Amino acid sequence: MKPFSLTQPKDADAAIQAHAKLPDAQFIGGGTNLLDLMKYGVMEPKSLVDLQDLSFHEIGPGSDGGLRLGAGVTNAETAEHPKVKKDYPLLSQAILSGASPQLRNMATNGGNLLQRTRCYYFYDCATACNKRRPGSGCAALKGFNRIHAILGASEHCIATHPSDMCVALVALDAVVKVRGPEGEREIAVEEFHRLPGENPEKDTVLKESELILSIELPSSNFSKHSHYLKVRDRESYAFALVSVAAALQLSGGRIVDSRVALGGVAHKPWRARAAEDFLKNKECDRDLFLEAGKLVVKDARGYGHNDFKLELAPRAVAEALLQAWKGQES
Amino acid sequence: MKTKEKQGVGQAHIRVDGKKKVMGQARYAGEFTLDGMLYAYVVSSAVARGKVSGIKTAAAERIEGVKGVMTHANRPSILSENDDDWRDQIAPLGRPFRPLWNNVIEFSHQPLAVVVADTFEAARCAASLVEIEYERGVHTTDMVAARKDSYHPPSGKIAYNPPPETEGDPEAVFATAERKIDVTYHTPDHHHNPMEPHATLAHWNGDKLKVWTKTQGVMNTHGFLAGAFGLDEEQVEVVCPFVGGAFGCGLRPQYQLVLAALASRAFNAPVRLTLTREQMFSFGHRPYTIQRLRLAADESGRLNVFMHDADGETSKFEHFTETVVNWGASLYPAEHRKCTYNLVPLDLYTPLDMRAPGGATGVHALECAMDELSYEVGVDPLQLRLINYTETDPASGLPFSSKELKACYQRAADSFGWSRRKPEPRSMTRDGKRLGMGMATGIWEVMYMGATVKAEWKPDGTAVISTASADIGTGTYTILAQIAAEELDISTDQVEVRLGDSSLPQAPIEGGSMTAASVGSAVKKASSQLRKELDEESSRRKSGHSVTVQNQPGEEEETHAKYAHSASFAEVEIHPVTGSIRVSKLVIAVAAGKILNPKTARSQILGCATWGIGMALQEESVLDQAYGRFMNHNLAEYHVPVNADVPDTEVIFVPEEDKEVNPLGVKGLGEVGMVGLSAAIVNAVYHATGKRVRHLPIKLDSLL
Repeated sequence: MKPFSLTQPKDADAAIQAHAKLPDAQFIGGGTNLLDLMKYGVMEPKSLVDLQDLSFHEIGPGSDGGLRLGAGVTNAETAEHPKVKKDYPLLSQAILSGASPQLRNMATNGGNLLQRTRCYYFYDCATACNKRRPGSGCAALKGFNRIHAILGASEHCIATHPSDMCVALVALDAVVKVRGPEGEREIAVEEFHRLPGENPEKDTVLKESELILSIELPSSNFSKHSHYLKVRDRESYAFALVSVAAALQLSGGRIVDSRVALGGVAHKPWRARAAEDFLKNKECDRDLFLEAGKLVVKDARGYGHNDFKLELAPRAVAEALLQAWKGQES
Repeated sequence: MKTKEKQGVGQAHIRVDGKKKVMGQARYAGEFTLDGMLYAYVVSSAVARGKVSGIKTAAAERIEGVKGVMTHANRPSILSENDDDWRDQIAPLGRPFRPLWNNVIEFSHQPLAVVVADTFEAARCAASLVEIEYERGVHTTDMVAARKDSYHPPSGKIAYNPPPETEGDPEAVFATAERKIDVTYHTPDHHHNPMEPHATLAHWNGDKLKVWTKTQGVMNTHGFLAGAFGLDEEQVEVVCPFVGGAFGCGLRPQYQLVLAALASRAFNAPVRLTLTREQMFSFGHRPYTIQRLRLAADESGRLNVFMHDADGETSKFEHFTETVVNWGASLYPAEHRKCTYNLVPLDLYTPLDMRAPGGATGVHALECAMDELSYEVGVDPLQLRLINYTETDPASGLPFSSKELKACYQRAADSFGWSRRKPEPRSMTRDGKRLGMGMATGIWEVMYMGATVKAEWKPDGTAVISTASADIGTGTYTILAQIAAEELDISTDQVEVRLGDSSLPQAPIEGGSMTAASVGSAVKKASSQLRKELDEESSRRKSGHSVTVQNQPGEEEETHAKYAHSASFAEVEIHPVTGSIRVSKLVIAVAAGKILNPKTARSQILGCATWGIGMALQEESVLDQAYGRFMNHNLAEYHVPVNADVPDTEVIFVPEEDKEVNPLGVKGLGEVGMVGLSAAIVNAVYHATGKRVRHLPIKLDSLL
């Protein structure tokens, strides 16, 4: 870990100014990912702008009956918030399936949006990684790529985004509110993370010195029938091999509207719109869900060790939809 | 006078060191400090084979607080030139690794430089600025590809038994056998991953070297340091009161010990060196094995051909051997038998004994193969074991000193509900999940070595037991106190046990499940002798009195085969859509002689069970072959079971009296509960799914 300066501004504008002014700056929330990356030498910011004194640590009403999640609220508090549990059980379930209680107690919502990939090569400075060191190559392409992407990858990077929370946020049409030197703007979570293309070093569309203020959840018709399915190698404290956020709005057994998003398959949480369109106005049925699942991997490809995801992802989609239909929360 | 609630042998006494541990008062190697102490941080190789052509240290040396950078080029030249001086008690044959010896790189993550600074942070920062220039060589780390280079290993490593002699004409009989299986199993590299990383605080006082270091044997480390640094034994002291898990990785002294002592000499100050989690993947590990089992049986299921051929991984500088293929020959008689064991040299660090070395992997393949044979013959898997049960050791021809394995099978099967099992694979379900039941046998050799113990009576009516053994978390402090309390007729809490200091009377290394037997027997003998001398002259009780007693096993020829046994039964639930595997129930019955403390004994077996789950379903050190480097080098990516993975686990101790093994009649518990457990789980997965997965660990990939 390299020496760094620590600044502790009192409000968002001061934080943004500090970030813009200081050399090679990073915002720090709970630090559950950034500090690890600094110790490993993967990230070496010269300045840290600590956000703990900012007034964005609250969950409150959003616009149009929605809910506003402050960027500084911890994942634990968000998952256990009564309003989140009641109206957005999918989000609560997704957050609680991630990390460990200790990490969720520290990790913030803003930080969760910005957590970085678990690609082995990204973490190991002795290896090639375009995300860590642009132009050095992608060792995962022909290396051990069991946890890597099957959708939207490029020859420069096949890393996946590791968040569970963000998969649910994408399914719930959440919006990220950010402020930067040029003012405030809103970005749909679905557009917030990007595909690697030729610039895998960029995880998101955030501009320089832009600060996440809140996550805006629109009112939801999906609270009765949703399910977050996380398929992983152990029961807890493991990243998803494939995860699915599935939600259904039903009229009897007929699907009025649906949401399907996947984690563990791409550089960003993957919204499966083709599957959603396919499900519209159809009657719930196990085989229907399987067909919807197959649509998800239509343009997918494996890289060897992760070929199993081509089979797992559609199955996971079908299972998540089935559980959402049953209204289970487990 | 006897108290009503006697707390001697056989009582479920809580750990005598438990309170210290939970209150943070137990100090581990990396927690000792000395005035003026400096911190060292290792710079590790990025390549698996080659040479260091240059090391640029200027940027590192400019960091505030940095005292200097030690490399092969500038280290103090105080190390022995002689290979023999570097060979510790546990070392395999070959050329021991010497850190910073020269510019040759023999494995990825090899230590190439050590930065010393007055804070840990400065040392770590500076380490990241040390630039190594490499002359890259060509490495081989692919076990499968390198099998063509396999060779027959020399024997001579402690606790390694060469394969038993071939009997009959196995190849020819197998060729024409009717009911047979021919299967090949792969087990991957594992790293020990104790919670406590390796750490050393080294301090030279003139020409005397004292170290506080993580080790499973202060005497082994003591001898090693004397050899490597060319010192007399009196010039070296090694201290290690507590060990935060080791599982074998503390058996051999590791490079951080040498580097800390070197750095302390170079910078003329006490130096603490702690390895990072990533660097815990830089030395010994459980070796990859490839094992072929060929079994043939008659129509009743009785084995007539038994062939077990294994290739195990080793480094290119040492011949690491472990007992992989011998176990079947001591479990199941077969007229025609052949066992072979070869080594495959790779450009990795030398493997190292890891919990149930050889047994965990060898019996895994053996007991999976027995399961396969049971389907081939059409006999219940448990029945197959009973049909092939033996009261004499087929390998040696000797009777077992005791063997309550049949009772283990019986009691575990009853408690597990084995009779509910439907024989057909894929025939059972529960709540929409596929249900599978599997079982396996476990076996572990009983080891027993000499030890010396000092037993001291204090005028206040308490006693102190001292010996240079170790408690690696297994409960040694507690059981030794219990043994002494029983002999001295005082309560366990009135006995203080001192371990982990090379200035104490000599004891063997803490490994091979032999400490309870070896050190325990010596404690019994010393305490008994002390009691006798106190009784002879009662004034000694008032003034205090001590005896130092050596206990040495007899040298006479063995008349018995000495093994502990276990039977493991596992139930798994498999999600039919996602393939997710969950172990839903475990029952383990153990026959391991006398149980000194049912509470710590049960904990040992629960630990074994957890390890078995990890081995079956999770643990794997993944190599990138292009880099020749382990890639999942942290605890987020190297999976071991979490609480949620461990089901309700029942541990049964089957009473077993053994008058042959040692004066205490104990056989050791650290390993036998793990041996076979992974096979029981894998066999259950087959029963649930009809899929036979012969590569560990089984992940859901292979069940889709």
